[in-house]
Amino acid sequence: MRILVVEDDKDVGGFVVKGLREAGHVVELAENGRDGLFLAASETFDAIVLDRMLPGGIDGLRLLETLRSQNNNVPVLFLSALGQVDDRVRGLKAGGDDYLTKPFAFAELLARVEALARRGKGEGPVTKLAVGDLEMDLLSRSVRRSGQKIDLQPREFRLLEYLMRHAGQVVTRTMLLEGVWDYHFDPQTNVIDVHVSRLRQKVDKPFPTPLIHTVRNAGYMLRAES
Amino acid sequence: MRPASRHRTPRLLRSAGVRFAVLYAALFGASALALAVFLWWATAGLLDRQTDAAIRADVQGLVEQWEGGGVKALVGTIRERLAENVDDDAIYLLVDAAFDPIAGNLSRWPPDITMDQQWFELPIERPGLRSLARIHRYDLPGGFHLLVGRDVQVRAQLRSLLTDALLSAFIVVLVLGIAGALVMRGVFRRALAAVSETATAISAGDLARRVPLSGRADEFDRLAETINDMLERIGRLMDGVRQVSNAIAHDLRTPITRARTRLEDAALHARSEADLRAAIERAQADLDGVVAVFQALLRIAEIEAGTRRAAFAPFDLAPLLTDLAELYGAVAEERGLRLTLDWQPSLSAFGDREMVQQAVANLLDNALKFSPRGGCVGLTARAGGAVHVEVADQGPGIPEAERRRAPERFYRGEAARHTPGSGLGLALVQAVAQLHGGSLTLTDNSPGLLAVLTLPAQTGT
Repeated sequence: MRILVVEDDKDVGGFVVKGLREAGHVVELAENGRDGLFLAASETFDAIVLDRMLPGGIDGLRLLETLRSQNNNVPVLFLSALGQVDDRVRGLKAGGDDYLTKPFAFAELLARVEALARRGKGEGPVTKLAVGDLEMDLLSRSVRRSGQKIDLQPREFRLLEYLMRHAGQVVTRTMLLEGVWDYHFDPQTNVIDVHVSRLRQKVDKPFPTPLIHTVRNAGYMLRAES
Repeated sequence: MRPASRHRTPRLLRSAGVRFAVLYAALFGASALALAVFLWWATAGLLDRQTDAAIRADVQGLVEQWEGGGVKALVGTIRERLAENVDDDAIYLLVDAAFDPIAGNLSRWPPDITMDQQWFELPIERPGLRSLARIHRYDLPGGFHLLVGRDVQVRAQLRSLLTDALLSAFIVVLVLGIAGALVMRGVFRRALAAVSETATAISAGDLARRVPLSGRADEFDRLAETINDMLERIGRLMDGVRQVSNAIAHDLRTPITRARTRLEDAALHARSEADLRAAIERAQADLDGVVAVFQALLRIAEIEAGTRRAAFAPFDLAPLLTDLAELYGAVAEERGLRLTLDWQPSLSAFGDREMVQQAVANLLDNALKFSPRGGCVGLTARAGGAVHVEVADQGPGIPEAERRRAPERFYRGEAARHTPGSGLGLALVQAVAQLHGGSLTLTDNSPGLLAVLTLPAQTGT
């Protein structure tokens, strides 16, 4: 995927670019708002990683507002040291799709950027999801694996749905907490791990091959082959 | 802008005390002047008006005589009136076209009386005396002219007497005004001196100083009380800052030192790449811990700053609790704990939903962390004026002596010393409670701890 990184800090920018390239993406780096806006407006990207405070007269918010006013709907992830609730709200209001506060773990950034870039290619509303032999019917809200019905609690269903919608991608604990529970804080206890392990009991344990995999230092991934 | 406008005001008027004093003197002077004007109008003015009225009536009578019987009747009437005039203050003169006197008590036409106006006030000479007279000139047909007047010598004396009196009164007023102004300025300065002295002392670093009260419970006392309240709050905030910076120095130094030591140790002694990687990962975890503490601190500071209060709105607490119970229920189950729930189907609350969510989550985190296996954690909520959210556990609890300090930042009780955690969980709950105008109370659950988060219902303050 083609990703634009707009970041003035050379260390952070270089690190992000290197990491994204290692993950197999084509990456462009802009070191100020003006170049960033020029690149974003003149070329097509699957996602933009955007710093908020940028030199060159155009900060991240201005850049994004300009893009959005040109009906450019490229998914944008803010990567910013401004971490207050108001800052986040302002970033999302300006048209940002996600907001990650510095300092950050690269795994978190990668997972979120990939999720965004893929979401950008939305195929419209779906009624069925399938990963390997696991099938989910969103209308009847039923789940089957190898034709065998699996009973899930409503929250377990939403957790599995989230994992299936992001099949093949790393999903972090924070993403699950935000996407499934709509919580924007980090609990002290390992609540997400407990819920995922419960889901595994129902989805993976009775079957020969596991679908839900733990990705070390990052989170979880749902995929068909191990 | 400001310095420019300051230059425009005269230097002396820059003192508020002087400005008040001048204002006082001006008001006092103006009222004294008004009184003098009224006095003048009521005495000297009244006499003037009475004289003029008498002259007018006199003229009217004489003109009627003229119309009835011509010069002869007029001359007769003038003589008659002069004879009847006991006070000897009436003045009459009738002259012909050549200004030769025909009748009256003036020996000749006064040269000051001209033809261009009707009223005159001039010195006259009568047989035997010189005095001041008010005279009305009236022209009769056939070239005759009539003068009717009154001797106003006495009135002039009265007027000069009055002028003298008012002039001396004015001097008294001036003296009193200046004295009063000085007293005003003194009062003003004294009242502000206490505030000013306290403020100076505080700028110099003596934060314990307070504005003394006069005990009169007047406006200045109220100002002093407000200032003292403000100083009290500043003092508390300063204490908070001091306590937090001490705690930061103390609590963050440990994980930072650990991370640094690990990295240095690995750089010096690691024999293989695996060793290095392991050391780096552990150091990373330490730094993540530092970041988490920072984020928690910033979040608390953000809550305490109160900027989110603008986003307060009514919300239903019941589904919020249901969601949290569902989130933590799984954890409780995994740890062999029982989570008991009890609340009404709907609990209206007012505030920031996300903050309350986080606060209750922190209380549940704590309760689950400290509960022994097989124990019971209770999450209950009651409405009734305010909403009370109670989280009860059967853990070691907090000794009574420590309970008051437990919600302080980085405070960790004896029992908590060896459990993971930053010592910021209750501090955040406390900050959320205070922002909502509510409270966090910790009591004995015997055994365990009962934490009660109280949120006032439907008030914005």
